[in-house]
Amino acid sequence: MLEIRNVNAQYESRYGAPNWTVRNVSFDLGPGEVLGIAGESGCGKSTLAAVLSSNAAPSLNIKSGTLQMEDKPLVDLSVHRGVPPDWRGTVVSLLPQRALNALNPTARISNFVTDVVMEHTSGITKSQALELAAKRLVELGLPADVLRSYPHQLSGGMRQRVVTVISTLLNPDLLIADEPTSALDVSSQKALILLLKQMMAENLITRTIFISHDLALLSNIATHLAIMYKGEIIEQGTAQSVIENPQQEYTQRLLNSLLEPTTEARDRVLHTHRAMTTEAAP
Amino acid sequence: MSQGTPLLSVSNLTKVFGSGSHANRAVDDVTFSARQGEIIAIVGESGSGKSTLARMLLRLSQPTSGSIQLGELDALKLKGAAQKQYWRDVQGIFQNPVASFNQFYSVGRVLQKTMRLVENPGSRAEQRARMDDVLNAVDLNPREVFQKAPHELSGGQLQRAMIARALLVDPKVLVADESTSALDASLRVTVLNKLVDLREQRNMTILFITHDIGQAYYISDRIFVMYKGQMVEQGITADILQNPQHEYTQRLLADVPRLGDWGTKISAD
Repeated sequence: MLEIRNVNAQYESRYGAPNWTVRNVSFDLGPGEVLGIAGESGCGKSTLAAVLSSNAAPSLNIKSGTLQMEDKPLVDLSVHRGVPPDWRGTVVSLLPQRALNALNPTARISNFVTDVVMEHTSGITKSQALELAAKRLVELGLPADVLRSYPHQLSGGMRQRVVTVISTLLNPDLLIADEPTSALDVSSQKALILLLKQMMAENLITRTIFISHDLALLSNIATHLAIMYKGEIIEQGTAQSVIENPQQEYTQRLLNSLLEPTTEARDRVLHTHRAMTTEAAP
Repeated sequence: MSQGTPLLSVSNLTKVFGSGSHANRAVDDVTFSARQGEIIAIVGESGSGKSTLARMLLRLSQPTSGSIQLGELDALKLKGAAQKQYWRDVQGIFQNPVASFNQFYSVGRVLQKTMRLVENPGSRAEQRARMDDVLNAVDLNPREVFQKAPHELSGGQLQRAMIARALLVDPKVLVADESTSALDASLRVTVLNKLVDLREQRNMTILFITHDIGQAYYISDRIFVMYKGQMVEQGITADILQNPQHEYTQRLLADVPRLGDWGTKISAD
């Protein structure tokens, strides 16, 4: 079990009081589970991902928080500004929103593979690292020759899938995916979700935190859901219970704003929104 | 919807970037027409040419070939005052409201500068009344937002301020290019509803450009689907949804994530 307890973080501001970005966040995540974290922009979901993956900006002050990964030693997130450096890639791995930003535009994908694998594994040679990557890509139904490509030669969707495979080459206990699909078209979104599901099923990734603003998308991968609002998790539970029986008005509002291309969805949104319009004006 | 002659007609519109072996037909032989008071959604994924089409309609980009007709006017032959009138008649709102505002200008100043484009703007009081009018039309409180700088407003408020600015010149056609994509889901619905209201109040034609077929379905009377620069399908919104003809449209509809599939439709194997 992964146990996250009492994470508090705030951005320091030179003017006025600092604003809490992540407040009292606690959750558990078992093996094989996918926690979907949903919320609107500014709710703190990406900040939480940054804290847990040791990618916090210098201006972020991590006040408190602990992370217990199975039988590994307890990590005080405020001490390491995240997890210990030697956990990156092996215990906790991050899948960023835009794969292109994670890749060196002037280097082939293979360079990225050798960098990641050799940095985090002792005594592995370049060719062994590349062999591992090629084998993994083929197993997952992706062409191995992408390793010879430059990032710009791949489509956005393919790039995101390749980065997913590479960032999990060391079989992390936890993958943190921060809006990995938001820059993709729907077909590439689906392909990435399918890939992640396959990797979870084959135990290449033990558990995943999947952050997205899109509840409909989350409902297709998450086993559990947490709804964040103004830095706090206001509701969490199994994906089914949160979607079918939301306890918070805010969760209901998010669900009511989903625009699926169906008559029912359109009528539901129109109906619920008529009641909201007077209250919505700031 | 008013029937009859089209307000905006586009025929064989093409935009080629580059030349020779590097030529890229971003918009390839696109033909359509839109009537007054109609909301048309132009749907396509990134790179399908929908923004290039928008830029040509707004006359921000010169087509390689083809024609754009607004009423009786040939939009591509306009010069001087007639060109300015076209820019008044066809207004655009864009994806990133922050980028569309000068960060040093208050909302009021943006509107005042836009007033200079208006013919016969009237006295100061009349101008102010007109500015208040358009802000009210998008549910913004003029007294609250007039003095505010862009960073003091939320994304949704800014997006609505941008619509207000466009309304000030009383356009016949509003081209909304991914104008709700950067907004949170509930705000998005607010802005979409606002656009529908505006169509009803002002009988405006709205070209709503989006990658999201859900939004397209919510707002539009007709949907045009773009794929690799070509307009592969046009039709009444309900027809397109129930009976998509083109393979790309079918895939688009099949792959939209829907709530509560529980992984049954998307499975790991």
